[in-house]
Amino acid sequence: MSTTTESVKPAEQPLVMAVPGSAYLSVSPHIKSKDSTAGIMWTVNIALAPAALLGAFYFGLPGIFVLFLCISSAVLFEYCYQKMTKRKVTVNDGSAFLTGLLLAMNLPPTVPFYIPLVGTLVAIVLTKQLFGGLGFNLFNPALLARAFLLVSFPKILTTWTEPVNDLITKGAIDAVSQATPLGLLKLEGYDKLIEAFGDKANLYGSLLIGNRSGCIGETAIILLLLGGVFLLAKKIITWHTPVAFLGTAALMAWIFGAKVHGGAFFAGDPLLHLLSGGMMLGAFFMATDYVTSPMTSKGKIIFGIGCGFLTMLIRLKGGFPEGVMFSILIMNCFAPMIDRSFKPAVFGAVKVKGNKS
Amino acid sequence: MSSFSFKGGVHPHNDESLSQNMPIERFVPKTVLVPMQQHIGAPAKLIVEEGAIVKKGQLIGEAGGMVSAKVHSPVSGKVIKITEALLATGRKAAAALIENDDTDTWVECNACSNWQSLSKAEIIERITNAGIVGMGGATFPTHVKINPPANKKIDTLVINGVECEPYLTADYRIMLEHAKEILEGIRMLLKVLDIKKAVIGIESNKPDAVNQFKELTKGQSDITIESFNVRYPQGAEKVLIKSTLNREVPPGGLPMDVGVVVQNVGTMFAIYEAVKLGRPLIERIVSVTGESITTPKNFRAPIGSNVAELIAACGGIKGKAAEIISGGPMMGFAMHTTDLPVIKGTSGIVALPEGIASGGDEYLNCIRCGRCVKACPMGLQPFMLSLLAEQRQYETTKEYNIDACFECGSCTFICPSRRPIVQFIKATKMVLRG
Repeated sequence: MSTTTESVKPAEQPLVMAVPGSAYLSVSPHIKSKDSTAGIMWTVNIALAPAALLGAFYFGLPGIFVLFLCISSAVLFEYCYQKMTKRKVTVNDGSAFLTGLLLAMNLPPTVPFYIPLVGTLVAIVLTKQLFGGLGFNLFNPALLARAFLLVSFPKILTTWTEPVNDLITKGAIDAVSQATPLGLLKLEGYDKLIEAFGDKANLYGSLLIGNRSGCIGETAIILLLLGGVFLLAKKIITWHTPVAFLGTAALMAWIFGAKVHGGAFFAGDPLLHLLSGGMMLGAFFMATDYVTSPMTSKGKIIFGIGCGFLTMLIRLKGGFPEGVMFSILIMNCFAPMIDRSFKPAVFGAVKVKGNKS
Repeated sequence: MSSFSFKGGVHPHNDESLSQNMPIERFVPKTVLVPMQQHIGAPAKLIVEEGAIVKKGQLIGEAGGMVSAKVHSPVSGKVIKITEALLATGRKAAAALIENDDTDTWVECNACSNWQSLSKAEIIERITNAGIVGMGGATFPTHVKINPPANKKIDTLVINGVECEPYLTADYRIMLEHAKEILEGIRMLLKVLDIKKAVIGIESNKPDAVNQFKELTKGQSDITIESFNVRYPQGAEKVLIKSTLNREVPPGGLPMDVGVVVQNVGTMFAIYEAVKLGRPLIERIVSVTGESITTPKNFRAPIGSNVAELIAACGGIKGKAAEIISGGPMMGFAMHTTDLPVIKGTSGIVALPEGIASGGDEYLNCIRCGRCVKACPMGLQPFMLSLLAEQRQYETTKEYNIDACFECGSCTFICPSRRPIVQFIKATKMVLRG
């Protein structure tokens, strides 16, 4: 290892040497696990694909256009940034693709072309690359971009349309605007929401399969759940964050859900809150992002509880109908502190109470 | 099954079936190259010259100090050259190249079949004179380890039969074929340490070895057998103590700090031979294995045997080997040539093909997935150590307990970004040492 002050650039120095008798010589360990960063990213992309595709079907051409534009501009921005700053191009690792996909799934289907472009620019260049690239960003790139867009283009980002259930024929001008379930809940109250869907069963059914207005990828709850279970089975995420997130949100929805609309305590509708808005997408795919969330199991639970609490606080008491995005971004700020507070126990160390280190 | 366990660990690809059923085969080398540094501590001092005729077991290297070991000739023959050998680790040491005259002429050995009549000091003297070092790979001089300072009270002897490195079956075969001798060696150490408790640790996927030891120790309350699920690095000294006795050696500490002495089964066999038969350490069991070896085997090889000759005795390399490793694939050293000697700590030669061997990958940024934290048996945060080393903040790694790391490589094995974490740690330790 060089002891000079210049940094060693891996691409310029060969890490292996050809030797007689064997192909090369490297350092131990000489066998590695089959897990790879690219493999993980692409598996998450696959887990999101069903929900994204169903969203594309529900919202037709506009939805497809936004998905395509977000993903391709995210990859392109990362490629250009890395080329321009003479860094190694890493778009193959699937992380820019994932950021673009997540951003698209968090946008209303009828946004004009510049929204995805500004969004991915903020997500990839500002939030991720300027901080040091993959692994160094403090905030979830897709969510910070969405927050940026919401604040910069509030009207466009809160214009929702009815599903068209048609991949090809309907364009943006045919879209019929319609408030989201959470929007209805905030403005007109619980009873009006049920009325709009007919009855409770219809409401839940509609929320589950996604046949309602909302962001492109957050509506098909059942597919998001399946994607989440797939990630759990593949051991890419653990149960701690989603369960803590959803559990806390459900608890708060039950205790306070009806109270804020003039009802009693412990009379809220947890199922409504779990199935609506970005809750499922957030709990399984965004709060579980490795880079911006804690690393230990205890830390993940605290993180999930914080997200659930803040989401419900915003939904019930805040000015916005939806709170997942802000809650995760706020908890991203706390993630480093959580990691410092919940370090693993060092083997053989004597635990001293009150000792900061 | 043991009631205790350890946190972390990984499950590397392992194929012990390649060599586990191969009985130990005697290897007769044409020449041996015997280095004076095969152990931790000061190198031994050569006491023979070029042209000298030596007998099998003759002392050819005097101990270089208290923490050192004697070196003996593994064959009878002529010292044809005194040279400097380059070892698999990259270090150089003075060495004697001895030509085997194939007569196996032994020096006079002071056998002692009634070793129970020997005093503790006499047993230690025999072990010292035999040049025995830890044969699990660490090669720490045994006579020092079994004679701890008076203020360290020892109560348990832990015998390490947990060969956790993938592919290696040397300890497995010696347990199957020399269980009685190993047990007698254990009794010798129980006498030296003046204790009444020994625990033998064996992996649970070796029921034949476990059952054989259980049979042989029936009715003997001072020796117990514990079996463990296969998980790397169960055979690491501190991890083994945790899993057998639920005691944790403090960071920077040694097993004697928790009242334990740990010895490898191969070392126990060497102790038996030294004390009862009066023979010095001149040979060891080596597993020559891996998917790239034509016929993997377990050899009883004289120290100094040439690796190329051993591989040839196995039918040579099958196809093309990506890497040929001295030791095991997790902590062993890739060899830059097979023209190297087997030394006291060489438990295996593993030749791996492309697709199984994985080295020199370009690595990515740390994605903070936490897999390394989960895998580390010492409860460290390996990702932080790698990030700090990358940023050259070497002093800060002390706050993250870098000294507790024994470089098992679990973190590096599991990292999806293929970061060479253990290499960062090794380099940082070198910088901190100055």
